[in-house]
Amino acid sequence: MVIIGGGPAGLAAALEAKRYGINEKEILIVERERELGGILNQCIHAGFGIHIFEEDLTGPEYASRFIRRVREEKIEYILDSMVLSISDNKIIKIITVVSPELGLCKIEAKAVILAMGCRERTRGALNIPGTRPAGILTAGTAQRFVNIEGYMPGREVVILGSGDIGLIMARRMTLEGAKVKAVCEIMPYSNGLARNIAQCLGDFDIPLKLSHTVVQINGRDRLESVVIAKVDENFKPVAETREVIECDTLLLSVGLIPENELTAEANITLDNITSGAVVDETLMTSADGIFACGNVLHVHDLVDFVTGEGYKAGRAAAEYIIENIGNAKTGAPGASRPTVGTVGIEIVPGEGVRYVVPQRVNLKNLKSSDKFLFRVNNIYRNCKIILKADDYIIYSRKKIKVMPSEMESIEIGEDILSRLYKLNNINNLEICLEK
Amino acid sequence: MEISETKILICVTCPVGCEMTVEYKNKDLISVTGNNCKRGEKYASNEIVNPRRVLTSTVILSGAKIKLMPVKTDKPIAKDKIFEAMREINKIKIEAPVKMGDVLRRDFTEQGINLVAGRDA
Repeated sequence: MVIIGGGPAGLAAALEAKRYGINEKEILIVERERELGGILNQCIHAGFGIHIFEEDLTGPEYASRFIRRVREEKIEYILDSMVLSISDNKIIKIITVVSPELGLCKIEAKAVILAMGCRERTRGALNIPGTRPAGILTAGTAQRFVNIEGYMPGREVVILGSGDIGLIMARRMTLEGAKVKAVCEIMPYSNGLARNIAQCLGDFDIPLKLSHTVVQINGRDRLESVVIAKVDENFKPVAETREVIECDTLLLSVGLIPENELTAEANITLDNITSGAVVDETLMTSADGIFACGNVLHVHDLVDFVTGEGYKAGRAAAEYIIENIGNAKTGAPGASRPTVGTVGIEIVPGEGVRYVVPQRVNLKNLKSSDKFLFRVNNIYRNCKIILKADDYIIYSRKKIKVMPSEMESIEIGEDILSRLYKLNNINNLEICLEK
Repeated sequence: MEISETKILICVTCPVGCEMTVEYKNKDLISVTGNNCKRGEKYASNEIVNPRRVLTSTVILSGAKIKLMPVKTDKPIAKDKIFEAMREINKIKIEAPVKMGDVLRRDFTEQGINLVAGRDA
């Protein structure tokens, strides 16, 4: 088994794969960075692990717990190593890796787990008019400079976008002596956690300007100022509200995109909304034996949920190797099972729902411990979350408030399972909101 | 006679971030609503009398592969001492080897609170 990415998803997947019967010598984690842990290494703030450990840990502390276990279990990993391609001839996958130690080499695997995480949207995705001076960077890049490399990217800061990384960096830059003048958010609400707005902005009197965006960038070599403006209900800047803010740094916290270049090149079907692979209830992609978990599948709110998904993929991939290909130790080939996309039914995002993961489900394989994860497309109050099989309502739950920044879930459980079993020939499932 | 005051607080104890309505009089808590767990009540009463936060930062590290050691206070410190604490943290230089949890400064900002290392190096 090859696991691409040694962050929280990959580490969890490796541990669970071993627990479900794959020998530690038969698992390989391929990590691009100089150490395991992924983005957690630069997330020095607290707030990780509340669900998994019932403790409030920093990013490095959370990562350390998994890295220690991976070492104790003697699971193999290679660092500074970049996967260039995955080729799939159904039974055996060939992973091409380049690393200082191994050079260019090919690794054969019966199962692959994609755990590459996500990256940040950049200025290029926004089309902000103006010059191209130094001092404009993503919040995560700034986080790496400050927390890993030990450089301060600037002294007077404006932050565009109120995602969690932006909020965390507003506090971090302030603590290190910078002046954060404003956080602008184009939406009328923030996509960050309420607690981060309270403790990162509120505690330091940093203004959060909702329905505001940056409309102009000024400065030749170094950023000198930005122009911000209020936007109307169609997100069009209102000219009369333009305001110049002098600053040497603009941090962007404008969304995350699953990093799926490898996945796309391997011709694995991607979901246009999540930008991650289309998966079934075992987290298997459209390629037989290739699984996806964590932020490369869809962007999560909390690392705890990434870990949970990593565990699930690790178990599913282990079971896949053992049950479908043959005994993991002898490597005897077995019958491969039908792939996602050819079997199972679709789970459709209905009214008010942006996406659902998994996108497809084989009803006979669905377990009571499975979950359907989804995001809504706007803030709704006093609504109902509904799961339908064709037009028949299987499940509903009242919610006081749902919002796009909080992932929602329907836990399958015995009740839903037995209701699904009673229906014959279901064409599709749908998750929707009733307002 | 003093009348009670109400305040909306976001509980920062965990990522759920409950929006709580807090009624208090003279720094005494009268009622808390909107919290999903008991920790919200504790947070609210602290927040009215003496708001506290766990502080995390980095210190300069030598003799290891990494240049900076992440650090944190092992208990929340008084909110109004955060900048003073940052000035102290920025003076600290340490050498590897360091183990996660090693105490770097004892009685940091006040008695019984330690500044600890956040990872091995």
